[in-house]
Amino acid sequence: MLNKLTVSSSPHIHLGERTSGIMLDVIIALIPAAIYGIILFGINAALVVLVSVVSAMLSEFIWNKILKKENSWFDLSAAVTGLILGLCLPPRLPIWMAALGSAIAIIVVKQMFGGLGQNFANPASTARITLMVSFPAAMTSFYEPFGNIVSSATPLVDDGALTVKEFLFGIHGGCIGEVAILPLIIGGLYLMARRIISPIIPTSFIATVFVFSWVLGLNPLNAILSGGLMLGAFFMATDYVTTPSFNLGKLIFGVGCGILTVVIRRFAALPEGVSYAILIMNLLVGYINKLTMQKPFFKEVKQK
Amino acid sequence: MKYIAEEILKPVKNIAGGINLPHFKNTADSVATPLPDPKTVVMPLKQHIGAALEPTVAVTDKVFVGTLIADSESPMSAPLHSSVSGTVKEITEVKMPSGEKVKAIVIESDGSATQAEPNIPTINSAEDIVKAARNAGLVGLGGAGFPTHIKLAPAVNDNIDTLIINAAECEPYITSDYRTCMDDYDDVFDGIYLLKKYFNFKNIIIAVEADKPLAIRKLCDIASDRQDTINAVKVMKLKKTYPQGAEKFLVYTTTGKMIPPGKLPSDVGCVVMNITSIAALNRYIRTGMPLVSKRITVDGNGITNPQNLIVPIGTPIINVLEFCGYNENLTKILYGGPMMGLAVSDITSPVLKQNNAILALCENQNVKSTPCIKCGRCLRHCPVNLTPAFVNAALKRQDNEKLAVLNINQCIECGSCAYVCPASIPLTQVMRTAKSILRRNSNVK
Repeated sequence: MLNKLTVSSSPHIHLGERTSGIMLDVIIALIPAAIYGIILFGINAALVVLVSVVSAMLSEFIWNKILKKENSWFDLSAAVTGLILGLCLPPRLPIWMAALGSAIAIIVVKQMFGGLGQNFANPASTARITLMVSFPAAMTSFYEPFGNIVSSATPLVDDGALTVKEFLFGIHGGCIGEVAILPLIIGGLYLMARRIISPIIPTSFIATVFVFSWVLGLNPLNAILSGGLMLGAFFMATDYVTTPSFNLGKLIFGVGCGILTVVIRRFAALPEGVSYAILIMNLLVGYINKLTMQKPFFKEVKQK
Repeated sequence: MKYIAEEILKPVKNIAGGINLPHFKNTADSVATPLPDPKTVVMPLKQHIGAALEPTVAVTDKVFVGTLIADSESPMSAPLHSSVSGTVKEITEVKMPSGEKVKAIVIESDGSATQAEPNIPTINSAEDIVKAARNAGLVGLGGAGFPTHIKLAPAVNDNIDTLIINAAECEPYITSDYRTCMDDYDDVFDGIYLLKKYFNFKNIIIAVEADKPLAIRKLCDIASDRQDTINAVKVMKLKKTYPQGAEKFLVYTTTGKMIPPGKLPSDVGCVVMNITSIAALNRYIRTGMPLVSKRITVDGNGITNPQNLIVPIGTPIINVLEFCGYNENLTKILYGGPMMGLAVSDITSPVLKQNNAILALCENQNVKSTPCIKCGRCLRHCPVNLTPAFVNAALKRQDNEKLAVLNINQCIECGSCAYVCPASIPLTQVMRTAKSILRRNSNVK
């Protein structure tokens, strides 16, 4: 080997953290919410989540095959997209709709814009919106946990009827991974502790929803505990690719998402605003980054 | 006098970016052993930043340890002295790790290590010290190779009142400056007092990173022992952060002064010298022996017995490897540390003046770059607050207008961005490429 030395650019050592490791951490953070949701809603929910993940990975595989690109399963980003989408679907959604949602997320939202790192909109939240618009009835048929009682009302409409404890443990109808707040918070804290995500977006997003709902005369506690806010704030609004790069930008993004969520919930004829708020803010990321670009450390010093 | 805790200064400022690196200071306790003289040494005529030298000897000339063998008329240069006694075998050309081809003098050792007649300089003024620094062939021994006399020259001027001795040694593996603190402290302090006597330094700070408590204690003890000037030299314990030892950051952490882009430490009244450079300067003034050998750390997972060695300059790397033992499967040899060191293509390449380490690594060669996921780690860890991910994107779409506004020329190429990149994108190389494109564009205009 001595006559075949590698000559490459410095640095010659690496931290060892890889994209797949980051994605694996996100999956680990989502597992409590997934398992808890499956316990609440049973085998149907398990099927929806599983189909979402498998469909996302298959879509990635097929796309790469057709375009003769290298298979990129191993970076686990498709699995993360599928898992997040699965968790924000209703438990008894026909599984072909879940499969279609994941295919839209991976092929239309992510790959058609250039693949990993190139999409401007969050694949999971955009796919959810697509499903919501296409199949409004199926997407809003919620069920009480542990039972068969059909409850078409979402908790957002049931303003004030539930206790904090019921929200924390998800004892109400809703989407598989969204109803129970506690496992989502545990997952979010895990990602922050592992320094995978910055706390700026989740805290500013949730705090803005709380304050702004209160200003508009809504129950602020219900506002932050219900709907898709926690899943959105911790797992969709923190997606690296589609959110701002700098701290000030992250703050602007979080506050913007919060305001839009409340405005949509309060004034629009839509059941939930989190996905739309994130999508709208995704569109502004380029501008936010430009406005909040970090300045070099060493500056011109003005002569005294 | 005993060690007095109060004497240790705290950094005036801390840097926000940077990274925490593993230390790998395996050779910290290894007192340097001299490497036996190699049969031949190869002396490239450009082991400094500046103009290449011209040989002052001819083939078949007899030379001794310390004989001047190459010099230049250009002030931006450092003369070169033979590191062995023997005969000039040939004057050839070698390829430096930068890719540049330079002339080199090959000297065959006679094994006797006979020294040239020592020429002990007389020091009566600051100018004499600057002259001595040049005659000693001194360059910045921390790795950059900037001629020492050029660095000291502005300090003859009254406006420069702070001398910062750089013993941060923030790169992993390297312990050669640490050994200077532990073994050559007399030369360090004598050198400092000599500078203090003839220059106008009011603050003298030896800056050491917190991961070297024994060196900090040692330097404090010595400073205390020399009570007459106890207030002259302060030891500062820096927080352990890479790239703390980079000159601009060192001036900032030790004095709080910000060096504006494109300016030098002397513009804010500071001179930064590596601790081994000042010891070498004093050794020359004491003995008349110029810089002919260098303490280097030999380490890395490709080395069987990691240790510190004193190596004649020009020794082929293979001699060093054979002395320490090496793994046959090693894939990479470095001049310097793993963060900023240069990869060597040829095992017969010589040890250079400014080298502080030779590292041999067995690497996993199968790591491929994946797409940027805009995770922001490079942005967060860049000590200069640059935006490597944005540079990478602009470079990919050949957006030269965007490149021009990203302050790329302020990059110190410390390697932090590529070190943390989870997509394994060679971001430091991206920054270098961007710099050269900008340079080419400005030349075209």
